[in-house]
Amino acid sequence: MPRSILRTAALTSVLALTVGAAASAQTYFRGSDGDPETLDQHKTSTVVEANLLRDMFEGLVIYDSEANVIPGVATEWATSDDGTVWTFTLREEARWSNGDPVVAGDFVYSLQRIMDPATGAKYANILYPIQNAAAINSGEMEKEELGVRAIDDQTLEITLEGPTPFFLELLTHQTGLPVHPASVEEHGNDFVLPENHVSNGAYTLESFTLNDRIVLTKNEEFHAADSVEIERVEFLPFEDRATCVRGWEAGEVHSCSDLPAEDIPRLEAEYGDAVRIAPYLGVYYYGINSAREPFDDPRIRQALSMVIDRDFLAEEIFSGTMVPAYSWVPPGIGNYLGDDAPSYEWSDMSMLDREDAAIALMEEAGYGPDNPIEIEISYNTSENHRNAATAIADMWSILGVETTYNVRDASAHYAMLRDEKVHDVARAGWIGDYSDPQNFLFLNRADNPGFNYGNYDNPEYDGLLDQAGETTDLQERAQILGQAEEIFLADNPQIPLLYYSSRSLVSDALVGWEDNIQNVHPTRFMSISE
Amino acid sequence: MLAYAIRRLLGAIPLLFFIITAAFFMMRVAPGGPFDQERTLEPSVMANLNATFGLDLPLWQQYARYLGNLLQGDMGPSFVYRDFDVQEILGAGLPVSIQLGGMALLLALLIGATLGSIAALRQNSWVDYAVIATATFGITIPNFVVAPVLSLIFAVWLGWLPAIGWGSWQQMVLPVIALALPQVAVVARLIRGAMIEALRSDHVRTARAYGLPTRMIVIKHALRAASLPAVSYMGPAAAALLTGSIVIEQIFGIPGIGRYFVQGALNRDYTLVMGTVIIVAVFVVIFNLIVDLLYALLDPRVRYD
Repeated sequence: MPRSILRTAALTSVLALTVGAAASAQTYFRGSDGDPETLDQHKTSTVVEANLLRDMFEGLVIYDSEANVIPGVATEWATSDDGTVWTFTLREEARWSNGDPVVAGDFVYSLQRIMDPATGAKYANILYPIQNAAAINSGEMEKEELGVRAIDDQTLEITLEGPTPFFLELLTHQTGLPVHPASVEEHGNDFVLPENHVSNGAYTLESFTLNDRIVLTKNEEFHAADSVEIERVEFLPFEDRATCVRGWEAGEVHSCSDLPAEDIPRLEAEYGDAVRIAPYLGVYYYGINSAREPFDDPRIRQALSMVIDRDFLAEEIFSGTMVPAYSWVPPGIGNYLGDDAPSYEWSDMSMLDREDAAIALMEEAGYGPDNPIEIEISYNTSENHRNAATAIADMWSILGVETTYNVRDASAHYAMLRDEKVHDVARAGWIGDYSDPQNFLFLNRADNPGFNYGNYDNPEYDGLLDQAGETTDLQERAQILGQAEEIFLADNPQIPLLYYSSRSLVSDALVGWEDNIQNVHPTRFMSISE
Repeated sequence: MLAYAIRRLLGAIPLLFFIITAAFFMMRVAPGGPFDQERTLEPSVMANLNATFGLDLPLWQQYARYLGNLLQGDMGPSFVYRDFDVQEILGAGLPVSIQLGGMALLLALLIGATLGSIAALRQNSWVDYAVIATATFGITIPNFVVAPVLSLIFAVWLGWLPAIGWGSWQQMVLPVIALALPQVAVVARLIRGAMIEALRSDHVRTARAYGLPTRMIVIKHALRAASLPAVSYMGPAAAALLTGSIVIEQIFGIPGIGRYFVQGALNRDYTLVMGTVIIVAVFVVIFNLIVDLLYALLDPRVRYD
């Protein structure tokens, strides 16, 4: 079919959808990456759930459409001089969807609930900076001993274990969202069912049909209801990204939250600006098992990192949907050094010079084509991971490296990384939960074996992170964290390869979708044009 | 025959027990668990989750507990979709899969039998060649190719039918056709071959000698005999179709149970996988029984009493 006809058909479809949507009082058909595992904010862990919960609930602070932290239920806050006590003032007009006022006690109840081991919260550790949280979650203390108390209905006090300058960022996470205590008490785990659901955000839950759709409708009790234009949101789960794209092209979906990489060149050619590719707070990397010979030699780790052509990976393997990475902490992150953030010393060298330097480093370490290193790359099943591993093996061949592969599904791969750590080199990725460098740098602490796939053990690095944790001045803290990252990049226990990008397909009819590093798009700030 | 059917169903109970036991332990042999995902969990959090779902118990206790609950009709909670029990998940998806598979099955039988019969009656004519060529095409082109192409042409380009969803008749057209196409091809080939053989049989020749009209001979005598291979084939095929087509359901965004077979296993959602295994096993048992009973109806020489 000629391209012009295709484009006309697509535009007609979008127009039809727009008209249809307008007729149904602004319904937003929102493509989602899959089903939520749960709508209980205390049990969630995925981005899909975050998007849904962000529409239904309002935390003390929230993200606006550009991922800036702005007041939510709390209108203002203050910290003690030592940075450990935070006092939030709650807005008087905040209401639950059943008309109950939102009070400080609701947050006390909610934070105690997520730390209760009986809740089985996957992400309770996000809020471990709160006093006694970790001990309560481990069953060593009672939940009433959590460092959270309601001074009165409008004043909430949270005491932390230590100064945590990124605490506000933590509170934007879905784990910080409140539950309606009376509903939880009355219905137990069934408080998430539509007939029992009470929320305090811009929308309420109308229905949840697994594998089909989740329908939200505007919450008229919401304090900012007058500014909410979209009346109804239908979240449609798409396990297959191409299905969402066809739905979008047929005018049945306003936005897709992810796209098949191989289809992006075509979509860009056909639909131009509707394809939104934006930097995303995540890093795709290879962990080198630095506790194993010969990877305990930093020269080898550096040589392996230097010869990887990240531009090739980004452009050819990931169709331009990823960005070459030369540092561990993704650019654009909050509370950091901006353009002055560290990166590999050799990041500006040409590939040819990098290859020469890498060969020299390997020779120094006693390896090369005559004495090759055998490396097994472990990765979880995925076509892109396979293509990347194959390309990297080819790049390493110049160093005389002989590569084999160990491919497993995600569960088996990550169970191996967590428990056995028998890998030479393992693929992994990390998407930031909050916009702070600590959320990336803490992965490499020696006392964090769950995430430290490079088995990195450098007391100086850990010491700098500890020091940053005690520093309340954000600029000074950023400098300290920068020093830590510099040490890390020099030691190279994990090789950053690419920064993630978010990739969405957004109809022209959808107004207010702003690209941002957190890839957050609250429906309450959007509208559908006629 | 009723006694035979009851005997067969009772005989399936030990088989189901064996399947459940084998599936339970085989799943646990696979490395990794339901909470081993890209985002590794804190050890204390993992311990809480294991305790919540009873995964901290010895395996034999977990097995005994599972069987005990199953005997009471409880398939347990999903390890991944935590707001739902396995019964709720399968209860919502299975009717959709059955609807989709049932319509595809019916379509495949009707069109496949018609095409196969026509081809057999016009053996070695252009009609025959056209049917064989189409059938070969239908079998060799996988439905993960056919389905997106249908969707692209009729939903995206022409805008005649929806690209996604399930419920209205318009939403059913493309997925049913896409799911039925390979089966149409298989049925057509099976019927054609068997029909040619039947038309050459003595009793058909006798019927012709008596001067019975061709239509009567085909429908009453030849088709009955020719349908036996198709019936044998459709037994397991029906079990597979009715319990969900992973590919078609994903491509058209249909809320059936197909995706749980793969996704459940990848997520190590033990209870959900067990649920799907049980459902498929039950369907296979039932459809094999139906096939055997149909055989007896179609072929008077077969008797089960």
